[in-house]
Amino acid sequence: MRIIFIDCPQEIPCNPCQSACAAGAIQVPSLTERPRILPEKCVACGNCVAACPGQACFLIDEEYSETEATIEFPFEFLPVPEQGELREARDNEGQTVCLGRVVEVLPRNRWHGTMVVRLAVPKELVRQVRGMARTAAEAQEEGGM
Amino acid sequence: MKTYDVIVVGAGPAGLGAAIESGKAGASVLLADENDQPGGQLFKQIHKFFGSHDHYAGTRGFQIGQQLLEEAARAHVEIRLSTRVWGIFEDGTVSACTEDESFRCRGTWLILATGATENSLVFPGNTLPGVITAGAAQTMVNLRHVRPGSRAVVVGSGNVGLIVSYQLLQAGMDVAAILEAAPQVTGYAVHAGKVRRAGVPVLCSHTVLEARGERELEEVVVAQVDGQFRLIPGTEEVIQADTLCISVGLTPRWELAALCGCKMDFCGPLGGRLPLHSETLETTCPHVLVAGDLSGIEEASTALDEGRLAGVHAAAALGLLSTAESAEREREIQSRIAALRQGAFGRKRQTSKEQIWSRYHQHQGGGL
Ligand SMILES: Cc1cc2nc3c(=O)[nH]c(=O)nc-3n(C[C@H](O)[C@H](O)[C@H](O)COP(=O)(O)OP(=O)(O)OC[C@H]3O[C@@H](n4cnc5c(N)ncnc54)[C@H](O)[C@@H]3O)c2cc1C
Ligand code: SF4
Ligand code: SF4
Repeated sequence: MRIIFIDCPQEIPCNPCQSACAAGAIQVPSLTERPRILPEKCVACGNCVAACPGQACFLIDEEYSETEATIEFPFEFLPVPEQGELREARDNEGQTVCLGRVVEVLPRNRWHGTMVVRLAVPKELVRQVRGMARTAAEAQEEGGM
Repeated sequence: MKTYDVIVVGAGPAGLGAAIESGKAGASVLLADENDQPGGQLFKQIHKFFGSHDHYAGTRGFQIGQQLLEEAARAHVEIRLSTRVWGIFEDGTVSACTEDESFRCRGTWLILATGATENSLVFPGNTLPGVITAGAAQTMVNLRHVRPGSRAVVVGSGNVGLIVSYQLLQAGMDVAAILEAAPQVTGYAVHAGKVRRAGVPVLCSHTVLEARGERELEEVVVAQVDGQFRLIPGTEEVIQADTLCISVGLTPRWELAALCGCKMDFCGPLGGRLPLHSETLETTCPHVLVAGDLSGIEEASTALDEGRLAGVHAAAALGLLSTAESAEREREIQSRIAALRQGAFGRKRQTSKEQIWSRYHQHQGGGL
Protein backbone atom coordinates (compact mmCIF):
# COMPACT_ATOMS: atom_id res chain seq x y z
CA MET A 1 0.00 0.00 0.00
CA ARG A 2 1.33 3.44 -0.95
CA ILE A 3 1.18 5.93 1.88
CA ILE A 4 2.10 9.57 2.42
CA PHE A 5 5.38 10.52 4.12
CA ILE A 6 6.47 14.15 4.67
CA ASP A 7 9.91 15.48 5.62
CA CYS A 8 9.42 19.22 6.11
CA PRO A 9 11.54 20.10 9.15
CA GLN A 10 11.24 23.88 9.50
CA GLU A 11 8.55 26.45 10.19
CA ILE A 12 8.37 28.06 6.75
CA PRO A 13 5.45 30.09 5.36
CA CYS A 14 4.06 27.42 3.06
CA ASN A 15 0.99 25.20 2.63
CA PRO A 16 0.42 23.94 -0.94
CA CYS A 17 0.55 20.35 0.39
CA GLN A 18 -2.63 21.00 2.34
CA SER A 19 -4.32 22.72 -0.62
CA ALA A 20 -3.36 19.81 -2.89
CA CYS A 21 -4.91 17.14 -0.68
CA ALA A 22 -8.62 16.76 -1.36
CA ALA A 23 -8.73 13.81 1.05
CA GLY A 24 -7.85 16.03 4.00
CA ALA A 25 -4.84 13.92 4.96
CA ILE A 26 -2.53 16.94 5.37
CA GLN A 27 -3.09 19.75 7.81
CA VAL A 28 -1.12 22.99 8.10
CA PRO A 29 -3.07 24.73 10.87
CA SER A 30 -1.34 28.09 10.39
CA LEU A 31 0.82 29.05 7.44
CA THR A 32 4.16 28.72 9.20
CA GLU A 33 3.40 25.54 11.16
CA ARG A 34 4.85 22.26 9.98
CA PRO A 35 2.46 19.99 8.10
CA ARG A 36 0.78 17.18 10.04
CA ILE A 37 -0.40 14.05 8.32
CA LEU A 38 -3.36 11.78 8.93
CA PRO A 39 -2.10 8.69 7.05
CA GLU A 40 -5.39 6.82 7.42
CA LYS A 41 -7.06 9.43 5.18
CA CYS A 42 -4.45 9.25 2.40
CA VAL A 43 -5.77 7.78 -0.85
CA ALA A 44 -2.31 7.84 -2.48
CA CYS A 45 -3.39 10.14 -5.31
CA GLY A 46 0.08 11.71 -5.50
CA ASN A 47 -1.15 15.31 -5.76
CA CYS A 48 0.92 16.58 -2.84
CA VAL A 49 4.11 14.92 -4.14
CA ALA A 50 3.94 17.00 -7.31
CA ALA A 51 2.58 20.19 -5.68
CA CYS A 52 5.06 20.63 -2.83
CA PRO A 53 7.59 23.32 -3.82
CA GLY A 54 10.09 21.89 -1.32
CA GLN A 55 9.90 18.37 -2.77
CA ALA A 56 9.26 17.20 0.77
CA CYS A 57 6.19 14.97 0.17
CA PHE A 58 6.71 11.34 -0.77
CA LEU A 59 4.61 8.25 -1.34
CA ILE A 60 6.15 5.13 0.15
CA ASP A 61 5.12 1.54 -0.54
CA GLU A 62 6.68 -0.68 2.08
CA GLU A 63 5.18 -3.84 0.57
CA TYR A 64 6.25 -3.43 -3.04
CA SER A 65 7.90 -6.87 -3.06
CA GLU A 66 9.43 -9.39 -0.70
CA THR A 67 12.66 -7.38 -0.42
CA GLU A 68 11.95 -4.00 -1.95
CA ALA A 69 9.99 -0.90 -1.07
CA THR A 70 9.29 2.02 -3.41
CA ILE A 71 9.40 5.76 -2.93
CA GLU A 72 7.90 8.41 -5.25
CA PHE A 73 9.36 11.89 -5.58
CA PRO A 74 9.41 14.74 -8.13
CA PHE A 75 12.30 14.66 -10.59
CA GLU A 76 13.01 17.82 -12.60
CA PHE A 77 16.15 17.02 -14.61
CA LEU A 78 16.93 15.72 -18.07
CA PRO A 79 17.44 13.13 -19.40
CA VAL A 80 14.08 11.59 -18.54
CA PRO A 81 14.89 8.41 -16.61
CA GLU A 82 14.15 5.10 -18.29
CA GLN A 83 12.13 2.40 -16.62
CA GLY A 84 14.44 -0.26 -15.22
CA GLU A 85 17.39 2.13 -15.03
CA LEU A 86 19.64 2.04 -11.96
CA ARG A 87 20.33 5.28 -10.11
CA GLU A 88 22.05 6.22 -6.88
CA ALA A 89 19.36 6.81 -4.23
CA ARG A 90 20.28 9.82 -2.11
CA ASP A 91 19.38 11.13 1.32
CA ASN A 92 18.82 14.80 2.21
CA GLU A 93 22.53 15.39 2.84
CA GLY A 94 23.33 14.17 -0.64
CA GLN A 95 24.87 10.90 0.58
CA THR A 96 24.25 7.84 -1.55
CA VAL A 97 22.11 5.41 0.45
CA CYS A 98 22.04 2.53 -2.05
CA LEU A 99 21.28 1.83 -5.68
CA GLY A 100 17.66 2.16 -6.69
CA ARG A 101 15.74 0.91 -9.73
CA VAL A 102 13.35 3.20 -11.59
CA VAL A 103 10.07 1.28 -11.73
CA GLU A 104 7.77 4.02 -12.99
CA VAL A 105 8.10 7.48 -14.56
CA LEU A 106 4.91 9.51 -14.31
CA PRO A 107 4.93 12.02 -17.16
CA ARG A 108 5.05 15.76 -16.72
CA ASN A 109 1.66 16.43 -18.26
CA ARG A 110 0.01 14.57 -15.41
CA TRP A 111 0.74 17.26 -12.81
CA HIS A 112 1.26 20.75 -14.22
CA GLY A 113 4.69 20.06 -15.64
CA THR A 114 6.20 18.03 -12.81
CA MET A 115 7.62 14.59 -13.52
CA VAL A 116 7.38 12.06 -10.69
CA VAL A 117 9.64 9.00 -10.40
CA ARG A 118 9.00 5.81 -8.46
CA LEU A 119 12.19 4.18 -7.27
CA ALA A 120 12.55 0.67 -5.81
CA VAL A 121 15.13 0.26 -3.05
CA PRO A 122 15.86 -2.34 -0.35
CA LYS A 123 13.04 -2.28 2.18
CA GLU A 124 15.11 -1.39 5.22
CA LEU A 125 16.59 1.70 3.53
CA VAL A 126 13.50 3.31 2.03
CA ARG A 127 12.94 5.69 4.97
CA GLN A 128 16.35 7.29 4.37
CA VAL A 129 15.86 7.95 0.66
CA ARG A 130 14.68 11.39 -0.56
CA GLY A 131 15.66 11.41 -4.21
CA MET A 132 18.12 10.14 -6.77
CA ALA A 133 21.18 11.19 -8.76
CA ARG A 134 20.77 13.27 -11.91
CA THR A 135 22.26 10.62 -14.18
CA ALA A 136 22.14 6.84 -14.41
CA ALA A 137 24.58 4.85 -12.31
CA GLU A 138 27.47 3.16 -14.14
CA ALA A 139 26.53 -0.38 -15.18
CA GLN A 140 26.08 -2.39 -11.99
CA GLU A 141 24.72 -5.77 -11.17
CA GLU A 142 20.96 -6.06 -10.96
CA GLY A 143 19.65 -5.07 -7.56
CA GLY A 144 22.83 -3.21 -6.65
CA MET A 145 24.95 -3.09 -3.52
CA MET B 1 0.68 66.15 -20.46
CA LYS B 2 -1.21 62.96 -19.73
CA THR B 3 -2.62 62.72 -16.23
CA TYR B 4 -3.35 59.56 -14.24
CA ASP B 5 -4.89 58.89 -10.86
CA VAL B 6 -2.02 56.56 -10.05
CA ILE B 7 1.42 56.06 -11.57
CA VAL B 8 3.21 52.86 -10.54
CA VAL B 9 6.94 52.47 -11.15
CA GLY B 10 8.10 48.85 -11.50
CA ALA B 11 5.97 45.97 -12.78
CA GLY B 12 7.15 43.22 -10.45
CA PRO B 13 4.67 41.54 -8.10
CA ALA B 14 4.49 44.66 -5.92
CA GLY B 15 3.83 47.04 -8.81
CA LEU B 16 1.34 44.66 -10.40
CA GLY B 17 -0.51 44.24 -7.09
CA ALA B 18 -0.71 48.02 -6.64
CA ALA B 19 -1.87 48.63 -10.21
CA ILE B 20 -4.48 45.86 -10.03
CA GLU B 21 -6.06 47.07 -6.79
CA SER B 22 -6.23 50.74 -7.74
CA GLY B 23 -7.34 49.90 -11.29
CA LYS B 24 -10.06 47.55 -10.05
CA ALA B 25 -11.45 50.33 -7.88
CA GLY B 26 -11.75 52.52 -10.97
CA ALA B 27 -8.55 54.58 -10.93
CA SER B 28 -6.75 55.40 -14.16
CA VAL B 29 -3.38 53.70 -13.77
CA LEU B 30 -0.06 53.85 -15.60
CA LEU B 31 2.35 51.01 -14.82
CA ALA B 32 5.87 51.60 -16.17
CA ASP B 33 8.77 49.12 -16.24
CA GLU B 34 12.19 49.37 -17.79
CA ASN B 35 12.20 45.76 -19.00
CA ASP B 36 10.72 44.48 -22.25
CA GLN B 37 8.39 42.21 -20.33
CA PRO B 38 6.44 42.84 -17.15
CA GLY B 39 6.63 40.67 -14.03
CA GLY B 40 9.93 41.79 -12.45
CA GLN B 41 11.65 38.85 -10.80
CA LEU B 42 8.67 36.56 -11.38
CA PHE B 43 9.44 35.78 -15.01
CA LYS B 44 12.85 34.40 -14.09
CA GLN B 45 11.37 31.96 -11.62
CA ILE B 46 10.65 28.55 -13.09
CA HIS B 47 10.30 26.92 -9.68
CA LYS B 48 7.13 26.51 -7.65
CA PHE B 49 6.54 29.21 -5.08
CA PHE B 50 6.11 29.06 -1.37
CA GLY B 51 3.40 30.88 0.48
CA SER B 52 -0.28 30.16 0.84
CA HIS B 53 -2.94 29.32 -1.68
CA ASP B 54 -3.93 33.04 -1.72
CA HIS B 55 -0.41 33.81 -2.87
CA TYR B 56 -0.52 31.30 -5.73
CA ALA B 57 1.83 29.02 -3.80
CA GLY B 58 2.71 25.77 -5.52
CA THR B 59 2.50 27.62 -8.85
CA ARG B 60 5.64 28.35 -10.84
CA GLY B 61 6.79 31.99 -10.68
CA PHE B 62 6.36 32.84 -14.35
CA GLN B 63 2.84 31.42 -14.32
CA ILE B 64 1.97 33.66 -11.36
CA GLY B 65 3.23 36.56 -13.49
CA GLN B 66 0.90 35.57 -16.33
CA GLN B 67 -2.10 35.39 -13.98
CA LEU B 68 -1.29 38.84 -12.58
CA LEU B 69 -1.00 40.31 -16.07
CA GLU B 70 -4.46 39.01 -16.91
CA GLU B 71 -5.80 40.60 -13.71
CA ALA B 72 -4.11 43.87 -14.63
CA ALA B 73 -5.66 43.81 -18.10
CA ARG B 74 -9.11 43.29 -16.58
CA ALA B 75 -8.46 46.27 -14.28
CA HIS B 76 -7.69 48.44 -17.39
CA VAL B 77 -4.14 49.16 -16.30
CA GLU B 78 -2.02 50.87 -18.97
CA ILE B 79 1.32 49.07 -19.03
CA ARG B 80 4.31 50.75 -20.66
CA LEU B 81 7.35 48.54 -21.10
CA SER B 82 10.96 49.39 -21.94
CA THR B 83 10.16 52.62 -20.12
CA ARG B 84 12.54 53.83 -17.45
CA VAL B 85 11.36 56.44 -14.97
CA TRP B 86 14.27 58.81 -14.42
CA GLY B 87 12.83 61.87 -12.77
CA ILE B 88 10.22 62.89 -10.24
CA PHE B 89 9.74 66.61 -9.80
CA GLU B 90 8.47 68.86 -7.04
CA ASP B 91 5.28 69.65 -8.94
CA GLY B 92 4.46 65.94 -9.00
CA THR B 93 5.36 65.26 -12.61
CA VAL B 94 7.18 62.12 -13.57
CA SER B 95 9.70 61.85 -16.42
CA ALA B 96 10.33 58.62 -18.23
CA CYS B 97 12.19 57.59 -21.34
CA THR B 98 12.11 54.78 -23.85
CA GLU B 99 14.71 53.95 -26.53
CA ASP B 100 13.57 56.88 -28.64
CA GLU B 101 11.56 59.31 -26.60
CA SER B 102 11.33 61.00 -23.24
CA PHE B 103 7.95 62.00 -21.91
CA ARG B 104 6.38 63.52 -18.84
CA CYS B 105 3.14 62.67 -17.13
CA ARG B 106 1.44 63.51 -13.90
CA GLY B 107 -0.09 61.24 -11.27
CA THR B 108 -2.17 62.17 -8.25
CA TRP B 109 -0.60 59.23 -6.46
CA LEU B 110 2.79 57.73 -7.08
CA ILE B 111 3.55 54.15 -6.03
CA LEU B 112 7.21 53.16 -6.16
CA ALA B 113 7.85 49.41 -6.54
CA THR B 114 11.34 49.44 -7.98
CA GLY B 115 12.52 46.20 -6.34
CA ALA B 116 16.14 45.57 -5.43
CA THR B 117 19.68 45.25 -6.77
CA GLU B 118 22.01 42.38 -6.01
CA ASN B 119 24.96 42.83 -3.68
CA SER B 120 28.45 42.00 -4.91
CA LEU B 121 31.64 40.85 -3.22
CA VAL B 122 35.13 42.27 -3.47
CA PHE B 123 37.99 39.82 -4.10
CA PRO B 124 40.89 39.61 -6.57
CA GLY B 125 39.62 38.57 -9.97
CA ASN B 126 35.98 39.52 -9.42
CA THR B 127 35.91 41.39 -12.72
CA LEU B 128 36.94 38.34 -14.79
CA PRO B 129 34.39 37.24 -17.38
CA GLY B 130 32.48 34.36 -15.80
CA VAL B 131 32.04 36.05 -12.42
CA ILE B 132 28.37 37.05 -12.37
CA THR B 133 25.51 37.57 -9.95
CA ALA B 134 22.95 34.86 -9.29
CA GLY B 135 20.25 37.02 -10.85
CA ALA B 136 22.29 37.38 -14.03
CA ALA B 137 22.77 33.61 -14.18
CA GLN B 138 19.03 33.16 -13.75
CA THR B 139 18.19 35.68 -16.46
CA MET B 140 20.57 33.89 -18.81
CA VAL B 141 19.28 30.35 -18.31
CA ASN B 142 15.59 30.96 -17.69
CA LEU B 143 14.79 33.99 -19.84
CA ARG B 144 17.39 33.98 -22.60
CA HIS B 145 18.00 30.22 -22.64
CA VAL B 146 21.78 30.41 -22.72
CA ARG B 147 24.12 28.68 -20.29
CA PRO B 148 26.65 31.02 -18.68
CA GLY B 149 29.20 28.17 -18.68
CA SER B 150 29.51 24.48 -17.93
CA ARG B 151 30.64 24.29 -14.30
CA ALA B 152 29.73 26.78 -11.58
CA VAL B 153 30.60 27.67 -8.03
CA VAL B 154 27.83 29.54 -6.19
CA VAL B 155 28.55 31.86 -3.26
CA GLY B 156 25.72 32.10 -0.72
CA SER B 157 23.32 29.44 0.57
CA GLY B 158 20.28 31.65 1.02
CA ASN B 159 17.13 30.66 -0.85
CA VAL B 160 18.22 32.58 -3.94
CA GLY B 161 21.62 30.83 -4.06
CA LEU B 162 20.02 27.41 -3.53
CA ILE B 163 17.28 27.96 -6.12
CA VAL B 164 19.66 29.37 -8.72
CA SER B 165 22.00 26.39 -8.20
CA TYR B 166 19.09 24.03 -8.80
CA GLN B 167 18.13 25.92 -11.96
CA LEU B 168 21.71 25.81 -13.28
CA LEU B 169 21.58 22.03 -12.86
CA GLN B 170 18.26 21.95 -14.69
CA ALA B 171 19.86 23.92 -17.52
CA GLY B 172 22.45 21.16 -17.80
CA MET B 173 25.36 22.75 -15.96
CA ASP B 174 27.36 21.23 -13.13
CA VAL B 175 27.55 23.01 -9.80
CA ALA B 176 30.86 22.12 -8.15
CA ALA B 177 29.95 23.63 -4.77
CA ILE B 178 27.88 26.19 -2.92
CA LEU B 179 29.98 28.24 -0.48
CA GLU B 180 28.48 29.59 2.74
CA ALA B 181 30.45 31.71 5.21
CA ALA B 182 28.03 30.98 8.07
CA PRO B 183 28.36 27.65 9.90
CA GLN B 184 24.98 26.49 8.54
CA VAL B 185 22.81 26.84 5.46
CA THR B 186 20.89 30.12 5.62
CA GLY B 187 18.05 29.22 3.21
CA TYR B 188 15.26 26.70 3.77
CA ALA B 189 16.27 23.10 4.53
CA VAL B 190 13.91 21.79 1.84
CA HIS B 191 15.67 23.87 -0.85
CA ALA B 192 19.08 22.71 0.42
CA GLY B 193 17.85 19.10 0.30
CA LYS B 194 16.94 19.44 -3.38
CA VAL B 195 20.43 20.53 -4.48
CA ARG B 196 22.24 18.12 -2.17
CA ARG B 197 20.29 15.15 -3.49
CA ALA B 198 21.28 16.25 -6.97
CA GLY B 199 24.92 15.92 -5.90
CA VAL B 200 25.91 19.49 -5.02
CA PRO B 201 27.98 19.87 -1.82
CA VAL B 202 27.17 22.88 0.37
CA LEU B 203 30.45 23.94 2.00
CA CYS B 204 29.59 25.83 5.20
CA SER B 205 32.19 28.07 6.92
CA HIS B 206 33.74 28.62 3.48
CA THR B 207 34.30 31.74 1.43
CA VAL B 208 35.76 32.75 -1.91
CA LEU B 209 39.30 34.14 -1.85
CA GLU B 210 40.14 34.68 -5.47
CA ALA B 211 38.95 34.13 -9.01
CA ARG B 212 41.73 33.14 -11.40
CA GLY B 213 42.06 32.75 -15.13
CA GLU B 214 44.02 33.92 -18.12
CA ARG B 215 41.30 35.75 -20.03
CA GLU B 216 38.22 34.39 -18.28
CA LEU B 217 37.43 32.46 -15.14
CA GLU B 218 39.21 29.10 -14.93
CA GLU B 219 39.43 28.37 -11.20
CA VAL B 220 38.15 29.62 -7.88
CA VAL B 221 40.26 29.68 -4.72
CA VAL B 222 38.17 28.99 -1.62
CA ALA B 223 39.07 28.74 2.07
CA GLN B 224 37.52 28.06 5.44
CA VAL B 225 36.57 30.76 7.92
CA ASP B 226 36.10 30.57 11.69
CA GLY B 227 33.12 31.67 13.79
CA GLN B 228 34.16 35.32 13.44
CA PHE B 229 34.47 34.95 9.65
CA ARG B 230 38.28 35.12 9.89
CA LEU B 231 40.23 33.16 7.35
CA ILE B 232 41.80 29.93 8.60
CA PRO B 233 45.28 29.87 7.02
CA GLY B 234 46.28 26.70 5.23
CA THR B 235 42.70 25.72 4.31
CA GLU B 236 42.86 27.12 0.77
CA GLU B 237 41.56 24.88 -1.99
CA VAL B 238 41.23 25.34 -5.74
CA ILE B 239 38.01 24.44 -7.55
CA GLN B 240 37.88 24.31 -11.36
CA ALA B 241 34.96 26.37 -12.66
CA ASP B 242 34.13 28.69 -15.54
CA THR B 243 31.24 30.41 -13.75
CA LEU B 244 31.12 32.00 -10.31
CA CYS B 245 27.66 33.11 -9.17
CA ILE B 246 27.49 35.63 -6.35
CA SER B 247 24.32 35.43 -4.30
CA VAL B 248 24.96 37.41 -1.14
CA GLY B 249 21.78 39.37 -0.65
CA LEU B 250 19.85 42.26 -2.11
CA THR B 251 19.64 45.99 -1.44
CA PRO B 252 16.43 47.99 -2.06
CA ARG B 253 16.52 50.22 -5.16
CA TRP B 254 15.88 53.41 -3.21
CA GLU B 255 17.18 56.03 -5.66
CA LEU B 256 13.80 57.22 -6.96
CA ALA B 257 12.36 57.35 -3.45
CA ALA B 258 15.31 59.47 -2.33
CA LEU B 259 14.83 61.68 -5.37
CA CYS B 260 11.23 62.35 -4.29
CA GLY B 261 12.54 63.49 -0.94
CA CYS B 262 11.30 60.49 1.06
CA LYS B 263 13.10 60.25 4.40
CA MET B 264 15.47 57.30 4.33
CA ASP B 265 16.16 54.80 7.06
CA PHE B 266 18.54 51.87 7.55
CA CYS B 267 17.61 48.32 8.50
CA GLY B 268 20.15 45.51 8.06
CA PRO B 269 17.75 42.55 8.17
CA LEU B 270 15.59 44.19 5.46
CA GLY B 271 18.50 44.82 3.10
CA GLY B 272 19.97 48.16 4.26
CA ARG B 273 18.92 51.61 3.12
CA LEU B 274 15.21 52.00 2.45
CA PRO B 275 12.47 54.65 2.58
CA LEU B 276 10.82 55.12 5.97
CA HIS B 277 7.20 53.95 5.70
CA SER B 278 4.02 53.11 7.61
CA GLU B 279 1.96 49.91 7.91
CA THR B 280 -0.05 51.09 4.91
CA LEU B 281 3.10 51.93 2.90
CA GLU B 282 2.92 55.74 3.20
CA THR B 283 6.27 57.51 3.01
CA THR B 284 7.17 60.87 4.53
CA CYS B 285 6.24 62.42 1.14
CA PRO B 286 2.53 63.04 0.76
CA HIS B 287 1.02 61.07 -2.17
CA VAL B 288 4.05 58.78 -2.52
CA LEU B 289 3.71 55.13 -1.47
CA VAL B 290 6.26 52.31 -1.62
CA ALA B 291 5.89 48.51 -1.79
CA GLY B 292 7.77 45.26 -2.28
CA ASP B 293 11.51 44.73 -2.06
CA LEU B 294 12.00 48.52 -2.09
CA SER B 295 10.36 48.73 1.34
CA GLY B 296 12.47 45.83 2.67
CA ILE B 297 13.72 42.63 1.06
CA GLU B 298 11.19 39.84 1.63
CA GLU B 299 9.56 37.58 -0.96
CA ALA B 300 7.20 37.79 -3.89
CA SER B 301 4.16 36.93 -1.77
CA THR B 302 4.72 39.80 0.66
CA ALA B 303 5.68 42.10 -2.25
CA LEU B 304 2.42 41.31 -4.02
CA ASP B 305 0.32 41.92 -0.93
CA GLU B 306 2.19 45.09 0.02
CA GLY B 307 1.51 46.31 -3.50
CA ARG B 308 -2.17 45.46 -3.13
CA LEU B 309 -2.26 47.34 0.17
CA ALA B 310 -0.70 50.43 -1.42
CA GLY B 311 -3.19 50.19 -4.29
CA VAL B 312 -6.14 50.04 -1.88
CA HIS B 313 -4.72 52.96 0.08
CA ALA B 314 -4.44 55.11 -3.04
CA ALA B 315 -7.91 54.12 -4.29
CA ALA B 316 -9.45 54.99 -0.91
CA ALA B 317 -7.64 58.34 -0.81
CA LEU B 318 -8.97 59.07 -4.31
CA GLY B 319 -12.49 58.47 -3.00
CA LEU B 320 -12.97 55.36 -5.14
CA LEU B 321 -13.53 53.05 -2.16
CA SER B 322 -15.69 53.77 0.87
CA THR B 323 -14.01 53.85 4.25
CA ALA B 324 -15.71 50.58 5.17
CA GLU B 325 -14.68 48.87 1.93
CA SER B 326 -11.08 49.95 2.16
CA ALA B 327 -10.83 49.10 5.86
CA GLU B 328 -12.08 45.58 5.18
CA ARG B 329 -9.76 45.08 2.21
CA GLU B 330 -6.81 46.40 4.22
CA ARG B 331 -7.55 44.10 7.14
CA GLU B 332 -7.79 41.09 4.86
CA ILE B 333 -4.48 41.84 3.11
CA GLN B 334 -2.67 42.75 6.34
CA SER B 335 -3.65 39.49 7.99
CA ARG B 336 -2.26 37.56 5.00
CA ILE B 337 1.01 39.51 5.23
CA ALA B 338 1.20 38.92 8.98
CA ALA B 339 0.86 35.17 8.39
CA LEU B 340 3.89 35.30 6.07
CA ARG B 341 5.97 37.03 8.74
CA GLN B 342 5.68 34.27 11.32
CA GLY B 343 7.87 31.28 12.08
CA ALA B 344 11.59 31.09 12.63
CA PHE B 345 12.37 32.77 9.29
CA GLY B 346 9.64 35.42 9.32
CA ARG B 347 9.78 36.78 12.85
CA LYS B 348 12.90 38.85 12.28
CA ARG B 349 11.27 40.56 9.32
CA GLN B 350 8.15 41.26 11.39
CA THR B 351 10.10 42.92 14.22
CA SER B 352 12.23 44.86 11.73
CA LYS B 353 9.11 46.12 9.97
CA GLU B 354 7.59 47.14 13.31
CA GLN B 355 10.70 49.19 14.07
CA ILE B 356 10.44 50.98 10.72
CA TRP B 357 6.73 51.71 11.24
CA SER B 358 7.31 53.11 14.71
CA ARG B 359 10.19 55.29 13.51
CA TYR B 360 7.89 56.53 10.73
CA HIS B 361 5.22 57.53 13.26
CA GLN B 362 7.83 59.17 15.51
CA HIS B 363 9.09 61.15 12.55
CA GLN B 364 5.62 62.23 11.42
CA GLY B 365 4.47 62.96 14.98
CA GLY B 366 7.62 64.90 15.67
CA GLY B 367 6.33 67.64 13.38
CA LEU B 368 8.76 66.66 10.59
C1 LIG C 1 16.26 33.35 -7.44
C2 LIG C 1 15.08 33.94 -6.72
C3 LIG C 1 14.10 33.07 -6.23
C4 LIG C 1 13.01 33.57 -5.55
N1 LIG C 1 12.06 32.68 -5.10
C5 LIG C 1 10.96 33.15 -4.45
C6 LIG C 1 9.93 32.24 -3.97
O1 LIG C 1 10.02 31.02 -4.12
N2 LIG C 1 8.88 32.75 -3.33
C7 LIG C 1 8.76 34.10 -3.14
O2 LIG C 1 7.76 34.52 -2.56
N3 LIG C 1 9.71 34.97 -3.57
C8 LIG C 1 10.80 34.53 -4.23
N4 LIG C 1 11.78 35.42 -4.66
C9 LIG C 1 11.69 36.84 -4.31
C10 LIG C 1 10.83 37.65 -5.22
O3 LIG C 1 11.13 37.39 -6.56
C11 LIG C 1 11.01 39.14 -4.92
O4 LIG C 1 10.91 39.36 -3.55
C12 LIG C 1 9.92 39.92 -5.62
O5 LIG C 1 10.03 39.78 -7.01
C13 LIG C 1 9.97 41.42 -5.25
O6 LIG C 1 8.96 42.08 -5.97
P1 LIG C 1 9.05 43.59 -6.37
O7 LIG C 1 7.86 43.86 -7.19
O8 LIG C 1 9.26 44.39 -5.14
O9 LIG C 1 10.40 43.76 -7.20
P2 LIG C 1 10.85 43.15 -8.62
O10 LIG C 1 10.19 41.89 -8.92
O11 LIG C 1 12.32 43.20 -8.62
O12 LIG C 1 10.30 44.23 -9.67
C14 LIG C 1 10.77 45.57 -9.75
C15 LIG C 1 10.69 46.03 -11.17
O13 LIG C 1 10.88 47.45 -11.23
C16 LIG C 1 11.66 47.77 -12.34
N5 LIG C 1 12.24 49.10 -12.13
C17 LIG C 1 13.09 49.50 -11.15
N6 LIG C 1 13.40 50.81 -11.26
C18 LIG C 1 12.72 51.27 -12.34
C19 LIG C 1 12.62 52.55 -12.97
N7 LIG C 1 13.29 53.61 -12.52
N8 LIG C 1 11.83 52.66 -14.09
C20 LIG C 1 11.16 51.56 -14.55
N9 LIG C 1 11.21 50.35 -14.00
C21 LIG C 1 11.98 50.19 -12.90
C22 LIG C 1 12.67 46.64 -12.35
O14 LIG C 1 13.34 46.51 -13.58
C23 LIG C 1 11.76 45.44 -12.06
O15 LIG C 1 11.19 44.92 -13.24
C24 LIG C 1 12.89 34.96 -5.36
C25 LIG C 1 13.86 35.84 -5.86
C26 LIG C 1 14.96 35.36 -6.54
C27 LIG C 1 15.99 36.32 -7.09
S1 SF4 D 1 -1.10 11.36 -1.77
FE1 SF4 D 1 -3.06 12.40 -2.18
S2 SF4 D 1 -4.39 11.72 -0.51
FE2 SF4 D 1 -2.31 11.21 0.11
S3 SF4 D 1 -1.66 12.96 1.33
FE3 SF4 D 1 -0.97 13.36 -0.77
S4 SF4 D 1 -2.61 14.54 -1.71
FE4 SF4 D 1 -3.44 13.63 0.16
S1 SF4 E 1 4.09 22.15 0.57
FE1 SF4 E 1 5.96 21.00 1.02
S2 SF4 E 1 7.45 22.54 1.72
FE2 SF4 E 1 5.40 23.47 1.86
S3 SF4 E 1 4.71 23.06 3.96
FE3 SF4 E 1 3.92 21.40 2.67
S4 SF4 E 1 5.48 19.80 2.84
FE4 SF4 E 1 6.45 21.69 3.56
